[in-house]
Amino acid sequence: MLDGRSAIKRRAGLRLWLSGGWLLLIVLAAILAPWISPQDPLAQDLFAARTPPFWEAGSEPGFWLGADSLGRDVLTRILYGARIALIVAFVAGTLTCAVGAALGLIAGYFRGWADRIVSRLVDIWMAFPPVLFAILLIAVLGTGLTSIIIAIVVIDWTRFCRVVRAEAMNQGQMDYVASAQVAGMSRLRTMWAEILPNVLPTIVALLSLEMGIAVIVEAILSFVNLSISTDSPTWGGMIAEGRTSIHQAWWVLVFPLLTLFLTVLSFSQFGEGLKDRFDPVLR
Amino acid sequence: MALFRTILLRLLTTTITLFGVAVIVFVVIRVVPGNPIAMMLPPGATDADIARLQALYGLDKSIPQQFVIWLTGVMHGDFGTSISLRQPVLDLVLGRLPATLELSIFALVIAVVIGGFMALTGTRLRGTRVEAGIDVANGMALSVPDFLWGLILILLFGVLVPIFHISGRISPSIDFPFMTNFYVFESVARGRFDIWADLLAHMFMPALALAIPLAAIIGQLLKQSLKETMHLDYVTLSRTKGYGENHVIVKEALPNAVLPTLTLIGVQFTFLIGGTVIIERLFSYEGLGNMAIDAVVNRDLPLIQGIVILFALIFTVVNLVVDMTYAALNPRLRHA
Repeated sequence: MLDGRSAIKRRAGLRLWLSGGWLLLIVLAAILAPWISPQDPLAQDLFAARTPPFWEAGSEPGFWLGADSLGRDVLTRILYGARIALIVAFVAGTLTCAVGAALGLIAGYFRGWADRIVSRLVDIWMAFPPVLFAILLIAVLGTGLTSIIIAIVVIDWTRFCRVVRAEAMNQGQMDYVASAQVAGMSRLRTMWAEILPNVLPTIVALLSLEMGIAVIVEAILSFVNLSISTDSPTWGGMIAEGRTSIHQAWWVLVFPLLTLFLTVLSFSQFGEGLKDRFDPVLR
Repeated sequence: MALFRTILLRLLTTTITLFGVAVIVFVVIRVVPGNPIAMMLPPGATDADIARLQALYGLDKSIPQQFVIWLTGVMHGDFGTSISLRQPVLDLVLGRLPATLELSIFALVIAVVIGGFMALTGTRLRGTRVEAGIDVANGMALSVPDFLWGLILILLFGVLVPIFHISGRISPSIDFPFMTNFYVFESVARGRFDIWADLLAHMFMPALALAIPLAAIIGQLLKQSLKETMHLDYVTLSRTKGYGENHVIVKEALPNAVLPTLTLIGVQFTFLIGGTVIIERLFSYEGLGNMAIDAVVNRDLPLIQGIVILFALIFTVVNLVVDMTYAALNPRLRHA
């Protein structure tokens, strides 16, 4: 049993380092984009249109990962795209987490009417196809960064709510909660000071996962042309464009797709790794 | 009597859920900026023309009034008329539903086959490098959603090694008078296996994209349950009776380990159906989801409403069926 534990711990450690390393790289790319980018992200150069990446015949210096059909540098646009991706990930992820966890905590700990209302809402929300819901909301709110963030919060809060509610229910029945009550702690204070810290590891893992999902939602909305104006490069927008010229210029699709893939994978693995690290049973 | 009450209660909550969905969609799409009527008329149309058409579609009344009119229609099987396609919403939606259902069921089958194979192989070879490899593959498949898998499949099997179709539902060269929209079932029923093969070749990539995350979930959970079951006394007993490892896993452990996975598949299947919206778009597959996105783009309010309600209906029915199956299979719940 002990060996199994240390094996899991070792694997969790490697997972944390690899995924954390990639995420750090993306954060650096987003912050340093204006200084490290070889080109202007919006500059069109029709003479450089569909220039292949540097190792292929016909490549041009300065276009390391090639250029798209308007002659814009792919690497530069990936670096700048990291900005939108990370803003969406952190802001939408955190807000979704706050709304969902709060409702789940209240429903799970106070039960009764609060729980009945929240659970009914969750049921209704779960009956919506999420992608269609997101597209609908953007059609209502109009495109733009704020709309995307609002849409993600409105759609995904149930993910946190369901898990946190179930955990809070379990924790609520523990002896330590009863003793806090006996010691004269108010219900609200018990929830905040006793239940929340014990649900926190689960919330943190979910939050990291949600950040990855938020990036994907932005990419999906870009893909159906409903994201941010074409002036700011996004990975999803690049992918949508790359999909149309896939037979002429594969690099326009492959590099943003690879970046998105690794980022989403890292967010989720980072969350899982954190959960294992803070899991009291494994520790 | 208790069972009857449970079913009645479930039906009641299902109705409330569907009503809630209807109200939310109805209100949300009516605050959409952009006048759908103005979009369908030629640029030279006068305000009077717009007002006349708006009255025709009932869009000049207040939202609660419109909702009551719509709900009365629905009670009589009338979901209104699509503004962009000018056909009854019910006909349009039911025409596309078979394509989406066939895709979802095909994806479910793929997920169960791959997930089941992963779980059984992982259990049979537990403690080896193969099991560790399966765990890593499952973890990756789980972390990345269907949309990205779809793009990766397009890249791998549509461009790099073009062996599968990455667009459409059927080859345009096939001209076959289908009587229903269940192409896959009908082609089998009428003995046209060449058409059947063509349909599956078109469906395989989008279905696989939808199946990968679900296969990983099935693989992970089933392997976990199998592992727990393998330690139980009755499994050890059958082993001491001299049965081989394969027999013990498949015949003894599997039937007892499968129940939690079955419940999970139900919930996850609704997620999979929800995923068809973007996957159909990605693979230009002529299903409900693709139509839904067009409906939003065209501000086709009655059509959006109809599609969302249909999706909600499918989700709730799937959940209901899963709960019933679970109750029927689990003796402890049957008598509760």
